[in-house]
Amino acid sequence: MGEWSSFTAVVRGLCLLYVTNKYLGTVAITYGPSMLPTLNVTGSILLVERISTRTGKRRPGDVVIFRSPETPRKIVCKRLIGLEGDQITYVVDPQSGDRCETIVVPKGHVWVEGDYIYNTKDSRNFGALPYGLLEGRAFWTLLPRKDFGPLTPKPE
Amino acid sequence: MGTPSVLWNVAKKCFTVGVISLTVSDLFASIVPVRGASMSPTFNPKTNSLLDSLSDDRVLVEKLCLRKYKFSHGDVIVFCSPDNHKEKHIKRIVGLPGDWVGTIYDVVHIPEGHCWVEGDNSASSLDSRSFGPAIVCRFLWVWLKEGSPIFCGLHIE
Repeated sequence: MGEWSSFTAVVRGLCLLYVTNKYLGTVAITYGPSMLPTLNVTGSILLVERISTRTGKRRPGDVVIFRSPETPRKIVCKRLIGLEGDQITYVVDPQSGDRCETIVVPKGHVWVEGDYIYNTKDSRNFGALPYGLLEGRAFWTLLPRKDFGPLTPKPE
Repeated sequence: MGTPSVLWNVAKKCFTVGVISLTVSDLFASIVPVRGASMSPTFNPKTNSLLDSLSDDRVLVEKLCLRKYKFSHGDVIVFCSPDNHKEKHIKRIVGLPGDWVGTIYDVVHIPEGHCWVEGDNSASSLDSRSFGPAIVCRFLWVWLKEGSPIFCGLHIE
């Protein structure tokens, strides 16, 4: 009897952990240069909340994590630049000139860009991102210690 | 004197049951009603407008396939609409990434991370012929067995 009750307690704890992770918030580890200077190249640990994504409250300037449209099992972190219906002007290839293009974000999609436009794969490569792929909003940096604090809405 | 603790126990039990059933339905399997005739005659072969919600087919969808994101031709999947992430559609996979699919007007190459879905009832179905290749990452479930009032097994071609 004792083993059964501890087993159910473990199952309850794991289910609660899963529900919190999936519906409330989670911790994300990021690496790579595409979000310099906001995030560290070698790695940052961020607190991510999932509640505002479900209720549809997204604002341009949020740092969001989403499932990559080209590789379904990869989670990517970028900054939200435009919502559906917005008109976005972006530099097509910053390394080879200043040519700009303007598009309107289609219905049900959002536009994401990395803060470091010279080395990033974002909506300028794979197009507008369907809203359903957004997983959460990163609002607090835990590590490295020098970056501890809230993530600002606009790039520094 | 005993009522608050009884209520508290009942509330705790409801919360536990709710959390566990949410986890199970997210990770393993759940039951979903199918609306509309875009998948006739596989689902909803008789469209009866009077008793629509009563005679809808119910399908068992399994979610274990989402760990690996590996699907094959002929799988029937439930996914979020690319135009409105709150709507869910159920269609069959006709093309996987890297395939070439022929429509009336031209031949389309399916990019990585996308796949081509079509309804079985091509006369009345909103599918990839209208909105293009669907992004594969937002597939929620893949159906396993069909059940209406009676559970009857159906093969996946």
